[in-house]
Amino acid sequence: MQQQSTEANKPTTAPGAAATPAATRPNDVSLIDRASVLEEADAISHYAAPVPSNAPAKMRTRNVNLYYGEFHALKHVNLNIPEHEVTALIGPSGCGKSTFLRCLNRMNDLIEGCRVEGEVTLDGIDVYRDLDPALLRCRVGMVFQHPNPFPMSVYDNVAYGPRAHGITKRADLDDIVEQSLRDAAVWDELKDRLDANGLGLSGGQAQRLCIARALAIAPDVLLMDEATSALDPISTNKVEELVGALKDRYTIVLVTHNMLQATRVAQKTAFFLMGEMVEAGPTMQIFEDPQDTRTKDYVSGRFG
Amino acid sequence: MANTATPQPAPRLIDPDAVVAHVEKARRQSKAATVILTAIAGAICVLLAAILVYIISAGASKAFDPAFLTSPPQQFKEGGGIGPELFNSFYLLVLTLVISIPLSLGAAIFLVEYAPDNWVTRAVKTAIEVLSSLPSIVVGLFGFLLFVLQMSWGFSIISGALALTMFNIPILLRVIQQALEAVPTDQRDAGLALGMTRWETTVHILLPCAMPAIITGVILSAGRVFGEAAALIYTAGQSAPALDFTSFDLTNPACPWNIWRPAETLAVHIWKINSEGVVPDLTAVSDGTAAVLVICILAFNLIARFAGRRLSKKLTAE
Ligand SMILES: Nc1ncnc2c1ncn2[C@@H]1O[C@H](COP(=O)(O)OP(=O)(O)OP(=O)(O)O)[C@@H](O)[C@H]1O
Ligand SMILES: [Mg+2]
Repeated sequence: MQQQSTEANKPTTAPGAAATPAATRPNDVSLIDRASVLEEADAISHYAAPVPSNAPAKMRTRNVNLYYGEFHALKHVNLNIPEHEVTALIGPSGCGKSTFLRCLNRMNDLIEGCRVEGEVTLDGIDVYRDLDPALLRCRVGMVFQHPNPFPMSVYDNVAYGPRAHGITKRADLDDIVEQSLRDAAVWDELKDRLDANGLGLSGGQAQRLCIARALAIAPDVLLMDEATSALDPISTNKVEELVGALKDRYTIVLVTHNMLQATRVAQKTAFFLMGEMVEAGPTMQIFEDPQDTRTKDYVSGRFG
Repeated sequence: MANTATPQPAPRLIDPDAVVAHVEKARRQSKAATVILTAIAGAICVLLAAILVYIISAGASKAFDPAFLTSPPQQFKEGGGIGPELFNSFYLLVLTLVISIPLSLGAAIFLVEYAPDNWVTRAVKTAIEVLSSLPSIVVGLFGFLLFVLQMSWGFSIISGALALTMFNIPILLRVIQQALEAVPTDQRDAGLALGMTRWETTVHILLPCAMPAIITGVILSAGRVFGEAAALIYTAGQSAPALDFTSFDLTNPACPWNIWRPAETLAVHIWKINSEGVVPDLTAVSDGTAAVLVICILAFNLIARFAGRRLSKKLTAE
């Protein structure tokens, strides 16, 4: 099973084809060249997907400030999240990437002493003033750093959200479960184990199950917080491929410490530093021609 | 790297012989600890087993005698049974659980999921801890003053059940609280991230996850309630009117389901016949009752372990 997948994910694009990124299909976004760091760095321009011009913003943040008690964790963050694109958030540990991500679906509401100022909009609607948090989270789904399936069967894991939102017909649920697992590229591995407990899966399967669970309630936006950091390269590869394929239907925001990953999957990248959003722009520009010296230091530090 | 100096071997700060000696010493200590701890655990097990064997063998002739288990006690003659007491014990237990489980569940969910982390919540939590260490005789006396006298419910099942509830809630509350707190945060987050409300997340995710621990806790607390005497002496009373199982008239003192009748339980019965009993076969009745009580509580504990394990197996593995 795994062996085959590895084969399937080997680069198949000829160098010439890769040189014309405009023609890159979503599937090609995830191609991984593991030869060497240098080669990888060199390969960035080959992998990056083209940036659709003038993509409308699905979500926007305006002057967002977030405080954990006295601690000022996000400082005046302005960012547009273009529709049907992958936006990557990068930056050193503790700079506020997760905090910002959790702002977008109000997961910070639960943290004692956390205060958000400013404006976050989804399709122009202010999510902190005019949208119920549960409703917001139906439209802005989330995948966490560590796979966290519920302690129940694979099927029930995926059917959970739809059931809670009132879908009870078995046939409908069957369809949703199959479609979501297919979308999460884990159907073939799990279709015979739908009754198995979600906790008994491998890390990579569990994470894709969690993605399927998030997709099952048909969100508009998918937030992924270092969703591949607990996965092996093969699973990571699959998830990346998935992200590339999903962006046509969803808007995706992901946090990653792996800058190559950002270059492989993201059209837009935002660099955070100490609670500030230093610079955001097309991924290629952030990595090859950063405007801010801090961005330059960060990306060049990583790439030697 | 800019380091061009010839690499010097790092000075050895640790003497390898000392390391070996240390490991040897640690191994000896570990071995000694294992032996001592095993001996202590073994001694406790032997002690417990001895108590159980003694109680059960002393009362076995009575405890497995159907006549003893079903007939009413005698005041002056020998040959009395514990039928009403056995029924009363179970009836009180069920009533107590029916009242105390929803209350403690609600309170635990509130404290864990909703209560803001301020001094009121902390005060409540401290109060519960204090309550759980209250001697049961004090709870019984409080129940006597409040339910028996103040509310003038007299010595009755309802007074007893409420006293037992007061005795049981702190224990149950802590068990459920701990079970809920042990559910990993990421399960909570996962539920909320699916657009469920906090209540839905609690009902559909937290409670099922915590259920094995909750069930175990409930059954173990049931064992304690079942064997409780002090809290009942002054609330449910020390008399057991003969029961008529054909009666469903809830005002009839002989109706088993009547909650206004006095109801002596097994534990209270043991206490009573030993302190003021005049029946000639006093010792045999007392031993038999004790054996029945111990067997019931043992059964509760075994069921608790079994149910908890079955459920958590179902929830966590294939
Ligand atoms: N619940 C909290 N209460 C108080 N401070 C917090 C809380 N969560 C995060 N912080 C602080 O906010 C800052 C940003 O944290 P955040 O988790 O957003 O960082 P991050 O960029 O995601 O880091 P990493 O890459 O390590 O995940 C950190 O300094 C962190 O200590
Ligand atoms: Mg983080």
